[in-house]
Amino acid sequence: MALKSGYNEMELKFIAKSGNESLARMAIAALLAPLDPTVEELDEIKTAVSEAVTNAIIHGYDEEEDGTVTVRAVIEDGKLTVTVIDQGRGIAHLDLAREPLFTTRPDLERSGMGFTIMENFMDEVHVESSPQKGTTIMMSRRLGSVHDRSQLS
Amino acid sequence: MALSIMSERHGRIMVMRLTGEFDQQSAALVRDTLEHAILVELIDHLVLNLSGLTFMDSTGIGVLIGRYKQMTQRGGRIVVCGLSPTITRLFELSGLSKIITIAASEEDALQVLGVA
Repeated sequence: MALKSGYNEMELKFIAKSGNESLARMAIAALLAPLDPTVEELDEIKTAVSEAVTNAIIHGYDEEEDGTVTVRAVIEDGKLTVTVIDQGRGIAHLDLAREPLFTTRPDLERSGMGFTIMENFMDEVHVESSPQKGTTIMMSRRLGSVHDRSQLS
Repeated sequence: MALSIMSERHGRIMVMRLTGEFDQQSAALVRDTLEHAILVELIDHLVLNLSGLTFMDSTGIGVLIGRYKQMTQRGGRIVVCGLSPTITRLFELSGLSKIITIAASEEDALQVLGVA
């Protein structure tokens, strides 16, 4: 059985434990390695993944280690799609959550930049969430593309 | 993954070199180490050399914003150097680049603070 050339997928599940965002980053980097991404591409994608997974661990589950975070990644036709899923608290006000600098946890010194970073480092970000029903973040990025850096905040 | 911090004093300025990954797991170490220098050792200014970082996300931005506020309250400054292109982008997206000086090197950072 031959796989379509360039197609790959993986699913990683781990408990909501501090440090597992690093695990997720490493897995995505390993998945991307055969495609020979640029340093910047890899850094940006890893950062976006880290933001989503950190949110799942800290906000979704309050770092309760019996919560499960799922990271799925698909590479197809030169495009990477990463989906981060938790069954945790869910987001009550999604519009507010996606505003730059808004955070529900200033006590943890969270900067409220997670979604802004995902949106800037990936091409598309879709979020589905409701209170007590968990959160799914799906983000994609075409590989081999150069992101426009002429727009500074 | 591990993060380590090497500190070096230049008079009343502390230079700290961070190595490794600066994320949610290592945030407490960075916060505690910097806070100790700022609030207990009462340094005048802080130079943060990030050239040894292999990764940083918005957790690091949050920690730096907190330390910036503490330094500012004491009339001091934070200067950073050694930023990778992606980390520079984090500083720009968060607005941190407008309030924390980004220097090209440790020497430049010390010069900015008036110590040759």
